[in-house]
Amino acid sequence: MNFRHKHIFLLPGLLVLIGILIFPILFTVRLSLSSWDSFYPGLDFIGLENYIRLFTDDLRFWESFLRLGFLSLTTVFLQYVIGFSLALMVWRDIAFKRFFRVLFLIPMMSTPVIMTVIWKTVFHESLGPVNDFLSLFELTPLWLSNDFLAKITVIIVEVWQWTPFMFLLLLAGLLSLPEEAFLAASIDGAGPIRKFIYVTFPLMAPISIGAIIIRLIEASKIMDTVYVLTSGGPGTSTETSSFYIFIKGLREFQMGYSAALSFTYLVIMIISLTIIAKVLVRVLMKQD
Amino acid sequence: MKTKIFATGLAVAVTMAAGVANADKWSDQFPHIKNTGDIPGECSYESMSKKDYKGKTLTINTHAVPVMGEPTALHAEQFSKLTGANVQVIHTPAGDLYSKAMIPFQAGQAPYDIVFGFSNFIRDWMQYLEPVPAKYVNMRQMQDVTKSHIDVASWDGEMIQFPIDGDRHYLKYRKDVIDNPEYQAKYKAETGRELRVPRTWKEYGEIASFFNGWDWDNDGEIEYGSAEVMKKDDLMYAAFFSRSVAYAKNPRTPGGFFFDLETMKPLINGPGFVEALTDWVEATKYVPPGGINFGLGDEINSFGGGQTLFSFSWDDAFVAAMEDNSPIKNKVGVASLPGSDRVWNRVSGAWENEYNQAPYIVWGWAAAVAKESTNHEMAFDYLCFFSNDANHQADIAIGRFGVNPFKKSDFVPAIYVERQGWDEEIAKEYTETLLEMEEQNTNRVFPLRVPGVFQFTSAIATGTSKALAGQLSPQEALDEVAAEWEKIVKRVGADKVREAYAVGVALEDNLN
Repeated sequence: MNFRHKHIFLLPGLLVLIGILIFPILFTVRLSLSSWDSFYPGLDFIGLENYIRLFTDDLRFWESFLRLGFLSLTTVFLQYVIGFSLALMVWRDIAFKRFFRVLFLIPMMSTPVIMTVIWKTVFHESLGPVNDFLSLFELTPLWLSNDFLAKITVIIVEVWQWTPFMFLLLLAGLLSLPEEAFLAASIDGAGPIRKFIYVTFPLMAPISIGAIIIRLIEASKIMDTVYVLTSGGPGTSTETSSFYIFIKGLREFQMGYSAALSFTYLVIMIISLTIIAKVLVRVLMKQD
Repeated sequence: MKTKIFATGLAVAVTMAAGVANADKWSDQFPHIKNTGDIPGECSYESMSKKDYKGKTLTINTHAVPVMGEPTALHAEQFSKLTGANVQVIHTPAGDLYSKAMIPFQAGQAPYDIVFGFSNFIRDWMQYLEPVPAKYVNMRQMQDVTKSHIDVASWDGEMIQFPIDGDRHYLKYRKDVIDNPEYQAKYKAETGRELRVPRTWKEYGEIASFFNGWDWDNDGEIEYGSAEVMKKDDLMYAAFFSRSVAYAKNPRTPGGFFFDLETMKPLINGPGFVEALTDWVEATKYVPPGGINFGLGDEINSFGGGQTLFSFSWDDAFVAAMEDNSPIKNKVGVASLPGSDRVWNRVSGAWENEYNQAPYIVWGWAAAVAKESTNHEMAFDYLCFFSNDANHQADIAIGRFGVNPFKKSDFVPAIYVERQGWDEEIAKEYTETLLEMEEQNTNRVFPLRVPGVFQFTSAIATGTSKALAGQLSPQEALDEVAAEWEKIVKRVGADKVREAYAVGVALEDNLN
């Protein structure tokens, strides 16, 4: 077969890739070099002005980035710990195993925005059931109105919603582990804790790294929970990068500037996640 | 003035009587107007039934149901039945109304014939909108609209948006508490002051604090002082301006409330605004738990559900409180926004120790026709039909619709007493307060309507919410806002912002 004909078969896939991946990125970069906003529509060229503004005069973006780091690392860590625990629980033969496997997946299958609205009602400080119950003990925590507690509330909702995803990946990993290693450990007299530390956990390291990275990518885009629960408040205490970019782009209609924010965010995320992945490989797979 | 009100009342009575004559014919088909029947006019049911738009499609982008979305859909269905038009209604969340229209506008496309939004979008949108044709501007239905709402819908004398709704901020209070002799005596005994409808924001705070955290209506639940829109980015900036006007709108210093029109220097961090923000931070102590996170819906539910003594914002909380299923129907009163005992004079740089009050004619719902639409006549007919007298009278009685009085004939107590079962005294208080704000007061503040308006209001929301959350002091927060405003003015261009702002200042300074 002629070599050129092979390229023709690759063309549809290549065009799709260009259309849905390369073009939007290139357009974002071009947009970021323009002043497109509500009053000046169009792709004029203003050089690196938006990037200079971002790096010299936008502390709020960097604060939102730090906040995002805290929220995403905390939520993913908790999701990993809880997800792994649940996966271990239903990995072995227990009563109602199938029921529990489905039950644990329900949060992930529900619509995030709707569930967040429900959580908002649950945590409503004066009308919600949580404070209604806590008021019996003369406690009325300000779940959404206190700087610190608002962050905790966002974490609770995120952990509830996405732990099942971690659970699913880790359970799939556990089910694919070879039986021989566990048999050998049993013959050597290892108990459940030693088996977990020396067999299960090391064997699960590659899939753990994959699951953590996938969840970190997703968690770093946290937007709907913040939008519905707190709108980034009180003050700016739960404002994350993606919510800030949304405000600049679609609320204030600073399209050029928000493109610069988005592209900078993308670059930082690629670098950060690469570093995190390497650190995880070094820490979790050190025995290899 | 009394003669004027009497004449308007007479006109309403005549139209009500005229409507009854047509009630059988149209209200059988359209039960929505069962109270009035069709009311004769240029865009009445009778007039629209003579139009033929068969085979034509009208596309409308409006708000989500129920607020404004529900009446849009209802009137679309009615319009379709009357004219044969195919009307497509697309519902969009409030936060996305601006961008959902702006993106196709800027791309030169016309996916929507009619766009709903807020009246303060006008400067950003106007270049993409078709001005309202003279035949609609001059018709009787439009002559009935108050001057304030003609001004809000117009730009430099040209009507751009079709008036469909009226909005203003005013004070709502629990009449059964403020007028209660027992509570009046208790308040006097404990504070040494009279219990009355607050005349100033300081008095508002004192009374709200007194009635905060105890069961003053004996329903077994704790009640609180005030419900306010304090949630960041949820219209909170409008609440802040409502609290600011008394301290910062000085009738003796024309030439700008938000900016000094001459220099375009932001006035937002001046002592008047700082005083208002200081009061607002104090208010976090007398709102219900979590009140700092209340959006407009929470405010409506909180006051409308009987949880607080006071509230101030749009009409919706009051209308909700006065609906038949409300636990506090006919227990609420209405008054102008509180004033202040002193007002800042930015020219002399000193406080003037005299009483000041200023109505805030806040922005509200607006609808307009896209310039690129190929169905201008049908689109304007729809908007005209939407706000015809019969539809309008029926709409303002339904709190969830979000349609509020904006016609002179709305300010007649009999309408509310007879059709909605309001107490006569409350109906009188309501209509007189609104009419005074709209037609008589000369110290009004209009919404900021300049290019990039969302950048300015977003900066206010961020700054004030930092102060409410205790992250910054009021002065620091507003200094931050002023610095941000200066950057926005620089980016957009001082001359362009000034040119647009001058249109609003002319209204505030009563130059038109």
